This record gives sequence, C-alpha cells and structure tokens, in this order.
Amino acid sequence: MSAISMKVNGKAVCGAVEPRTLLVQFLRENLGLTGTHVGCDTSQCGACVVHVNGTAIKSCTALAVACDGAEVTTVEGLAKNGKLHPMQEAFREHHGLQCGFCTPGMLMAAVDLVNRKGKTLDEATIRHELEGNICRCTGYHNIVKAIQAGAENM
Amino acid sequence: MENFIYHRPTKPADAVKAMKDAADGKFLSGGMTLLPTMKQGLASPSDIIDLGGLGNSGVEVGADKVTVKAGTVHANVAIDKGVKKAIPALAALAGGIGDPHVRNRGTIGGSIANNDPAADYPAAVVGLNATVVTSARSVPGDKFFTDIFTTALKDDEIVTAVEFPVPKRAAYVKFPNPASRYAMVGVMVAELKDGSVRVAVTGAGPKVFRVPEMEKALEANFSADAIGGIKVKASGLNSDMHASPEYRAHLVTVLARRAVAAAK
Ligand SMILES: Cc1cc2nc3c(=O)[nH]c(=O)nc-3n(C[C@H](O)[C@H](O)[C@H](O)COP(=O)(O)OP(=O)(O)OC[C@H]3O[C@@H](n4cnc5c(N)ncnc54)[C@H](O)[C@@H]3O)c2cc1C
Ligand code: FES
Ligand code: FES
Repeated sequence: MSAISMKVNGKAVCGAVEPRTLLVQFLRENLGLTGTHVGCDTSQCGACVVHVNGTAIKSCTALAVACDGAEVTTVEGLAKNGKLHPMQEAFREHHGLQCGFCTPGMLMAAVDLVNRKGKTLDEATIRHELEGNICRCTGYHNIVKAIQAGAENM
Repeated sequence: MENFIYHRPTKPADAVKAMKDAADGKFLSGGMTLLPTMKQGLASPSDIIDLGGLGNSGVEVGADKVTVKAGTVHANVAIDKGVKKAIPALAALAGGIGDPHVRNRGTIGGSIANNDPAADYPAAVVGLNATVVTSARSVPGDKFFTDIFTTALKDDEIVTAVEFPVPKRAAYVKFPNPASRYAMVGVMVAELKDGSVRVAVTGAGPKVFRVPEMEKALEANFSADAIGGIKVKASGLNSDMHASPEYRAHLVTVLARRAVAAAK
C-alpha cells in the first residue's frame, strides 16, 4: 500500500491505496464521493470525468498513486454554499438529463470546456467537444442547449 | 487489473535502471492505452515505471525544427502557438486525436511507442521526416515503426522527444472511426524545405507507410489532380467491421487529394 494525499474539492484528504487503485476508485470507495460514475470502465464514455490540476481527465484511466499531491475537483465540488453551479442549474432548467448517469461527466466536461474556450459557445463547438462524453438516454439536444446556456451564466 | 510495483523516477537514467531491474516492467505515460490494456488482462506487468515524474513535457519551436518532448500531451501540442505557426498540420493532427479528455492525458511518446496501426502521430513522424530521440540514440522516423504495435525501441529504451523539421507546407486529413476517432485512414502530405514530398498513410495498413508514386507525382506537380489516378493496392490493407481493404485503399487517394489541397 502507498500513502497518498490530495486536495479534493478544496479539502485535504489522504489514504492508503494499492498501486493498481484507479483515481475513480479512490474517490468513490475511499472518499465516498460517488457522484463520479463509472460507465464503461474502458476510457470511452466520460461518465468518470473529473478535473485534476485544472484539466478534465477520465478518472477510470488514471492511477490514484500517480495523482499524489494533485488538486482534484469532482461534481460534488461544483455547488457552492448550497447553491448549484450555473452549469448544474442550466442542466436542470433545460432538461439536460434523464437518468442522470452521464451527467456528472457531462458537467465536468462542460465546465472544462468553458474554462478553455470561454462563455460564448456555438452548437458545433459544443458537439465536437462532447466527443468523449456519451449519453444513452436524454439525447444530446438538450445537453447541448444546457451547456450553451450554462456557459453564458458562468 | 493485477497488482504491480509502482515507480516514479525523476531522472531518465533511474527510469532505465528501474526497467532493467524489473522482471517484466512497462513504462507508463498518459496511460490511455496501457491502463485499459491492463484492465482487460492483456498486459500484467510486474512493475510500472511512471515517466510522469520526469517532467519531460513541452515544445521548442525553432526556425527549422519543432521539438516535442515525449511527455507532452496532445492537447498542449494542439494549442501551442509556435506549433500552429510553424507546422499547422501537426497542431491540427494532435487536436483531432480522440476526445478532449484523452488529449489531456495521452502523450506523443506513448502514442509512437505503442504504434497502434490506427494512431495519428505515426503519419506525422514519417510524413514530416521526423527524428525520434530516445534515451540511447536518435532514430529516423522511417526506421522507427517496424511492425504492427512494434517499434525499433529496446525494452529499456525511453522515447524522450520527437524532432519535426519545419516543412514548406503540409496537411493531415483523416477519416475518423466515428466511435473512437482513431484513423480508419489518415494521410499526411508534406512538401519539405528541400522540395521533396512525402505522403504517409496511417490506419490503412498494419503500420504507417509511404506512397512513393504519389510523392514523385507531387514533386513534379503539387496539385490534387496530379495524384487523382494513383491508387494503392488493397491487398495487405486492414480489414475490420468498419471498412474493407478496398474501401481503405480508395480512401487513401481521396484523403491524399484533400491533404494536398489543404496543405499550408
Ligand atoms: C477513447 C480513446 C480514443 C483515442 N483516440 C485516438 C485517436 O483518434 N488517434 C490516436 O492516435 N490515438 C488515440 N488514442 C490513443 C491516445 O491518444 C494515446 O496516444 C495513446 O493512448 C498512447 O499514449 P499514452 O501517453 O497514453 O501512453 P501509455 O498508455 O502510457 O503507453 C502506451 C505504450 O507506450 C509505452 N510508452 C509510453 N511512453 C513511453 C516512452 N516515453 N518511451 C517508451 N515507451 C513508452 C508504454 O510502456 C505502453 O506500452 C485514443 C485513446 C482512447 C482511450
Ligand atoms: S468510465 Fe471512464 S470513460 Fe467510461
Ligand atoms: S442522462 Fe441517462 S445516460 Fe445521459
């Protein structure tokens, strides 16, 4: 077992993990942060996207030990003081989810997209940037609308 | 995934030594290929030597040469202002790999060491006449990719950088697999500063290959029409549920023509 420490959603955390422990396992099983989902476990679907040191990554395809010392933001870190993040609010407003399984990854990808490309996003850009996030039920139409609106309010 | 011993060296020499000492070690860069392979049980290394601690990431742009350090992630090659100006085709290629999250982790070193037949970077390495720099030597791009998923690298050799000569003009066009974004076929066409032309094809065959007939025709006349009648043979090309060898052969000419037209 290796001792690791991180800052997750602004809070210092530590734990002991096996080298093979994935970041998503550490978040869900050690820290109880089950908002980050595992959809495919094969690096395709994006349900597990979190931010590590400011960039969006698939946490099912990163070793927890390799993230020792990192700053991590999960979907639980978006809302502040009981108030939903503008992107979360926009997903609610625009019906950007049905079962909600893909939503944490969609939200983290969307916030990363705004961080990189700004608040004014056209539909083609959003669709292109969502290539790493798969939704199996809502349909992308409302997700795209939600991201466009959420971006403007960020 | 089976367990393993984890190493995170901070010096290349220590990484090479850790590999020499390991029973069955593997280097780890972005992990976008290695970790899924290990999850599926297709690889169970005794030791993982994580190259992330080397801090070997970044791009240097000179008048004649762009050097991309092996640990540079695709996203950073795609947005680098210097690369965009010197070799826009290279920045565009990197920006078309996979999806944003894959581009935030996957590295050029991992991509070329892995030599997936459908990977994009091999087309850039061969098409732009790049040199692969390793912990032991420099290998010309033409000699680096030896067979499907196989390279000239020795087991304890690390890719440290790739040096791309700045071409006169170049473009990369791919027909992406709609699910994975890997190249069903991808073609890099480049006119180098000495006037020679290279046409490098990935995705179509077991490994990247050049099309000398097209290169010769383009050296005489750099226009899409000059290669309209040149076809590669379908025999020996990849066949899967996505495309037959004949379809891939057809795509080579279509995409090469588009790349010539787009070259800048
Ligand atoms: C969903 C998805 C979509 C993708 N789409 C594309 C695509 O469209 N086009 C494309 O080209 N690629 C694609 N990729 C591949 C990805 O972009 C990476 O390039 C690739 O996974 C390898 O890079 P890595 O840094 O992740 O290497 P790793 O997975 O860490 O390593 C890969 C192999 O290279 C070896 N290795 C790593 N670094 C070095 C080094 N410096 N020296 C020697 N050996 C080394 C490792 O031991 C391992 O065998 C995709 C991947 C995923 C998961
Ligand atoms: S669970 Fe990580 S990409 Fe699907
Ligand atoms: S809302 Fe159900 S998978 Fe996207």
